[in-house]
Amino acid sequence: MEVTEAVAIDHGLKKEEFSKICELMKRTPNLTELAIFSAMWNEHCSYKSSRKHLKKMHTKGKQVIQGPGENAGVIDIGDDDAIVFKIESHNHPSFIEPYQGAATGVGGIMRDVFTMGARPIANLNSIHFGSPQHKKTRNLLRGVVKGIGGYGNCIGVPTIAGQTTFDESYNGNILVNAMTLGLVNKNKIFYSKAAGLDKPVIYVGSKTGRDGIHGASMASATFDDKIEEKKPTVQVGDPFTEKLLLEACLELMADNSIIAIQDMGAAGLTSSSVEMASKGNLGIELNLSEVPCREEKMTPYEIMLSESQERMLIVLEKGKEEHAKKIFDKWNLDFAVIGKTTNSKKIELIFNNKKVAEIPIDLLAENAPIYDRPWKKTKLPQKLKFDKDEFKSLKLSDCLKKILSNSNISDKKWIWDQYDHTVMGDTIQKPGGDAGVVRVHGTNKAVAASVDSSALYCFSHPLTGGKQIVCESYRNLISVGAKPIAITNCLNFGNPEKEKNMGEFVECVEGITEASKYLDFPVVSGNVSFYNETKDKGIKPTPTIGGVGLISDYQQMLTMDFKTEGNLVYVIGKTDGHLDQSIFARELLNEKKGPPPTVNLFNEKNIGETLLDLSRKNLIVSCHDVSLGGILTAVSKMCIKGKKGIKINSLKGLTNKYEYFFGEDQARYIVEIPRASLKKVIEILNKYSVHFDDLGIIDGNSIKYNDDINLPIEELADAHKYWLKKYMDS
Amino acid sequence: MRSSVIIFPGSNCDRDMDVALKKFGFKNQMVWHNDQSIPKSDLIVLPGGFSYGDYLRCGSIASKSKIIKSVIDFANSGGLVLGICNGFQILTETGLLNGILQQNKFLNFICSNVFVKVKDKENKYFKNLKKNLLELHIAHNEGNYFCSDDELKSLEDNSQIAVTYCGADGTENESTNPNGALKNIAGIFNKNKNVLGMMPHPERMIDKYLSGEDGSLFFKNILDNFK
Repeated sequence: MEVTEAVAIDHGLKKEEFSKICELMKRTPNLTELAIFSAMWNEHCSYKSSRKHLKKMHTKGKQVIQGPGENAGVIDIGDDDAIVFKIESHNHPSFIEPYQGAATGVGGIMRDVFTMGARPIANLNSIHFGSPQHKKTRNLLRGVVKGIGGYGNCIGVPTIAGQTTFDESYNGNILVNAMTLGLVNKNKIFYSKAAGLDKPVIYVGSKTGRDGIHGASMASATFDDKIEEKKPTVQVGDPFTEKLLLEACLELMADNSIIAIQDMGAAGLTSSSVEMASKGNLGIELNLSEVPCREEKMTPYEIMLSESQERMLIVLEKGKEEHAKKIFDKWNLDFAVIGKTTNSKKIELIFNNKKVAEIPIDLLAENAPIYDRPWKKTKLPQKLKFDKDEFKSLKLSDCLKKILSNSNISDKKWIWDQYDHTVMGDTIQKPGGDAGVVRVHGTNKAVAASVDSSALYCFSHPLTGGKQIVCESYRNLISVGAKPIAITNCLNFGNPEKEKNMGEFVECVEGITEASKYLDFPVVSGNVSFYNETKDKGIKPTPTIGGVGLISDYQQMLTMDFKTEGNLVYVIGKTDGHLDQSIFARELLNEKKGPPPTVNLFNEKNIGETLLDLSRKNLIVSCHDVSLGGILTAVSKMCIKGKKGIKINSLKGLTNKYEYFFGEDQARYIVEIPRASLKKVIEILNKYSVHFDDLGIIDGNSIKYNDDINLPIEELADAHKYWLKKYMDS
Repeated sequence: MRSSVIIFPGSNCDRDMDVALKKFGFKNQMVWHNDQSIPKSDLIVLPGGFSYGDYLRCGSIASKSKIIKSVIDFANSGGLVLGICNGFQILTETGLLNGILQQNKFLNFICSNVFVKVKDKENKYFKNLKKNLLELHIAHNEGNYFCSDDELKSLEDNSQIAVTYCGADGTENESTNPNGALKNIAGIFNKNKNVLGMMPHPERMIDKYLSGEDGSLFFKNILDNFK
């Protein structure tokens, strides 16, 4: 086929990009070369719209071993142990084919982690669906959950936490973000930078098929009516092969045979070979006739673009080929020497003894286009003036029940029962808590992780929303007794070519950066997913934060369930009663406007550190952060989990009980304090000048507040626990 | 007591089982599926996971693997063979245990704590066990036990039903049956009761920071009965 501008456009390139390629190459590329350019220059691989802004992120810290730019980020957790982690999106494929899309999302992120030499120890996911009333939602949810479970369960890595939300803006673009944590000895981390000339380049894992061709370009475009036709671009996962690949790679990594290793993810062999060569400032020569193929007569074009799963590219020390082959033979995996490193600084492809492509590496990597896209600031909406007389017609207990059974607040047990969350024998906090917690095998340490996003806040005011999610992640880790260390982020946005969407991205990133800097909670890895848009309708901006923290003695881990009758319950942090953008305003007043709650970073940090101090001194016995739904929602969850009631005090000087109970002010926690600890707790709270309210006492089997609320916990539990199950069964 | 855990490609509870066995004092070794023979053992464990991807049918490919002949010989000579989860599926596929494990009734994978009732104590696994009810953990997609009427009768007549799903108070009915298993069956023996297959994972319940501790009783009891 002759390469023309039209062919280039078909490959997702812009007119100007095609002329730039011809200019840089000083000739028209052939079809294979064009395909390589299209794969490397698309949004998904090149970060061309986002790179300028991502550079500003806060990525350094005392415990950071590796920040963004590698397969995953790495943090130091002491005693030579390090945690490798990253979150990644698989949105577009999951909408087209939910099971395989979600499954391969999990497979891909696990490969990113074990590529670095780490054994995966926990998976998390953040999944977002359209309105529950939308005809596709139920099947998409079922497929995605089955896909995530099908892959993670088979590999034998526990899925320890997650987040699921519903919003009509995801009707045509669901989000599936998967996160993996792995454990590695900090002196045995593997990177993707090739080094040394004439080193063998090895292909291992599954055979290459025609699946997933153009997957990365698909992820770089918006959807239209013909989206179903893209089904063949979705990869098909084989978790069994991945399990073998994991064990084989870790076995080979036990000695010093590997120079560099990179998994074949988006844009498969193209992006993995170019990245390794580019980082090592080398050239690479690949003989495509040697690539193990599962289908006949595959062309160089197809081989280079295939996104078949469970494959790795390795640059090996010379002379180690036999040794490595033995290991992969043992695990019944393909092993082929397909090329070598060169000093040409080009990627050169040979097929049937003929050179079929030759491109200078720097054109694909450093010289890839970068755009400074125009963007628009979002103004902070005016604060609403609620008609408080209108509230009086609402009974507090009815409001509470309605909020607890809201699709975004209700219990997600139906989902996580389908994920193996206990395999590996170290899960000490299961899904459903503020964060999942796994022990670092054979030690007293434990790692906590949580995934969070707040699309409503980010949509209303991206700058505040960006800050808020980082704080929420921070609080979730503190709530289980963990010291927050670092985050990974998955930035899900609409079309960057639209000023509003680009503005949402820029300002969310700004918010994330400001908060992570202030809280010393650096970003070490992440990914950007743009073009979450169908027929011109984009998603609400949904940056997802995956936070990781450390508990140095796992016996000090906290959970949210109320423990003992007679213990006191305090709200830590000040409540002003911010109702704009709250679930209360949305569900009970049908009010969707107004600004999100203000984020005060000083308070977040100060209160967070106070809480850590209290938990390290064993002065509190349960803890939960106050987020969506406010104080009453948070307390109800603690009651339901602990199967215990609470008698809430008549609160003096309260301006409005609805604002107090359902307001979503930030930087607040609810804690359970044994009477014997109370004096010390108050001393510490005063020392840090932290505001607190004496909320009540754990008592009986109901929630009681004056004459307003008297609800048996069982009734609340029914409202909270079964919404999703009923929805899925209906 | 010497034990061997067989690792098939796709096993994923092999390490957990190794940790549990060693914690209670077994001298455990790991054995690769392609080995011809098993080191001298008093107990062989087939761990949970997805052996050979569970392609074809759960456990069926593993039941034809190289090592399995040694396992069958060992069982036939009276040795203790324990299959957990995928291990149970493999044992039914080898024919050492009767019946099959179908997909769960509600077609979903289930990961959850369950209670099981110990139905028979005249065997080396449960003899002298202080409790009759254990809280264990399941994590499977195919745990729905089924067998023919004749096989069921013979299981019942020979007291080969080892454990059944029940509620915290011991009630056995549909609501305490997580996966639709026939007669709430969670685990069975062979005729000689030296081979035990069960879906619940005792190795995930070995300290109070995990889902519970009743798995410890199970392992300790096997050791006590061996002495």
